[in-house]
Amino acid sequence: MESIIQFITANIGMLYILVFAIFLGMEVISKVPTVLHTPLMSGANAISGVVVIGAIILIRNADPGNYILLITGMIGIALATINVIGGFAVTDRMLQMFKKKKK
Amino acid sequence: MENPIIDFLYLICIILFVIGLKRLSHPDTAKKGNIIAGIGMGLAILVTIFYPIENEANNYLWIAAGLVLGGVIGYVAAMKVKMTAMPEMVSLFNGLGGACSMLIAIVEFYNLPTGTNMMSTQVLTIIFALFIGSIAFTGSIVAWGKLDGFFRDSLVLPAPQIINLIMLLLVIGLSGYIMMQPDINFMLALILLAVCLTYGVTFVMPIGGGDMPVVISLLNSFTGIAAAGAGLIYGNQVMIVGGITVGAAGTILTVLMCNAMNRSLFNVVIGGFGGGGKSGGSDREQVAKEATVSDTAIQLKYSNKVIIVPGYGLAVAQAQHACHDLEKALEAEGVDVKYAIHPVAGRMPGHMNVLLAEADVPYPKLLELEDANEQLPSTDMVLVIGANDVVNPAAKEDTSSPIYGMPILDVEKAKTVIVLKRSMRPGYAGIENPLFFGEKTKMLFGDAKDSLGKLKSEIANA
Repeated sequence: MESIIQFITANIGMLYILVFAIFLGMEVISKVPTVLHTPLMSGANAISGVVVIGAIILIRNADPGNYILLITGMIGIALATINVIGGFAVTDRMLQMFKKKKK
Repeated sequence: MENPIIDFLYLICIILFVIGLKRLSHPDTAKKGNIIAGIGMGLAILVTIFYPIENEANNYLWIAAGLVLGGVIGYVAAMKVKMTAMPEMVSLFNGLGGACSMLIAIVEFYNLPTGTNMMSTQVLTIIFALFIGSIAFTGSIVAWGKLDGFFRDSLVLPAPQIINLIMLLLVIGLSGYIMMQPDINFMLALILLAVCLTYGVTFVMPIGGGDMPVVISLLNSFTGIAAAGAGLIYGNQVMIVGGITVGAAGTILTVLMCNAMNRSLFNVVIGGFGGGGKSGGSDREQVAKEATVSDTAIQLKYSNKVIIVPGYGLAVAQAQHACHDLEKALEAEGVDVKYAIHPVAGRMPGHMNVLLAEADVPYPKLLELEDANEQLPSTDMVLVIGANDVVNPAAKEDTSSPIYGMPILDVEKAKTVIVLKRSMRPGYAGIENPLFFGEKTKMLFGDAKDSLGKLKSEIANA
């Protein structure tokens, strides 16, 4: 109990961020025409590749001789980058077609 | 990380993400929104690479290698994928993001200094990221395999609900056990990883292929949450806010999709079309009437109003261009042609819109469910192209049907219905469709692209 209270006091700013981010996500998405569901899902998916930042932080702090860490981190970066670049590119391709026929 | 400039730049990244998502939800601004979110991501990556840290073991070569490798693979895959295979692609990308969170979590666990207090929020965060990340990873791979036809729905484990409950309890129990250890036990973490990866498989495997859109959307929100979990490990705001926003967005999108099928998320995850009994008695031997190309062509030509109902079959047959050609030929004859788009037609919401957009079908020709149902009674002919469950009247009449209650397109209200289909095989939900035996219905068997091409040339000749 003590530790829970301590945790809340120490991280109250973080908790605010979490709660507001949840509301933000729900508000941003709640008014979307079905036409855009697939591109939106794909775009959101690209953003979830933001985890690439974690892998970069991991490698930057790694000991240059620690190959297990470096290799795992590099694989992590590569996987997340596929998610990011592929996600944005696919979304762009889908939206390109909407643009063309919209005029 | 106490550098105020870094914090401020990260804040800008978050603002770009949110503006991007917001713009992505409006047709006029969607393309720009995607680019804005992309710029945000680029900025976040650059800031992370170049912010000054103390021990400066930057290992830039490894970072560059990862970025280049991933960037090239991702870009080539995105450019090469066919529009019809888009849902599989998104699912696969999504799984890789989850895999990255999983890797980070396992490495960070490995990195914990000896003597770490295991009963801490730090360890809990790592376990959380590991759990969500691995489920998103293997779950997405299974979803990809199901859409790709690699796993068929028949691959159902006995009593999937019980297995999944046991898996979940196992994960919770094992996590608790790890945290109760006096010191780091990496072996236990690897066992947990294996259990979580298996859980991702058993979680998605029993869910029917027809529900994959919902599952992909759900897994997409998992990846977001996993990214946020990894962000908590480093106390990185961009990862936390970006991940959580995507997680919440994915959850809302999932709920919207469930609503379109008139089912609860719980029902999709626990029940599953594929796992449930194949209801709809096949006791009555019914015979469907077959249509010929020339009859259908003439009927189409002399109709006033035709509504086309596309489904996954259109995507499989790559018939979107042939379909648009037929539509143009009919319009030239003075026929009013519209498309009725069911929200869950295809393998993802909006799948049909994307497909028809690729073939340059004008936007105003696409009718959403309610508008289409208003116009169907005054329609002369309906062409159902590779759609099945979304036009199945059993959803309205048969209370024992697994899709009972799902809103459908009332194509039976039109004067004539022609169903283009390869065979009498049931649709993805695996249930009989009484529409095919209806009085007004005729079947035109064959490959959709082929049939549409023949119809078009018949119309030109007739």
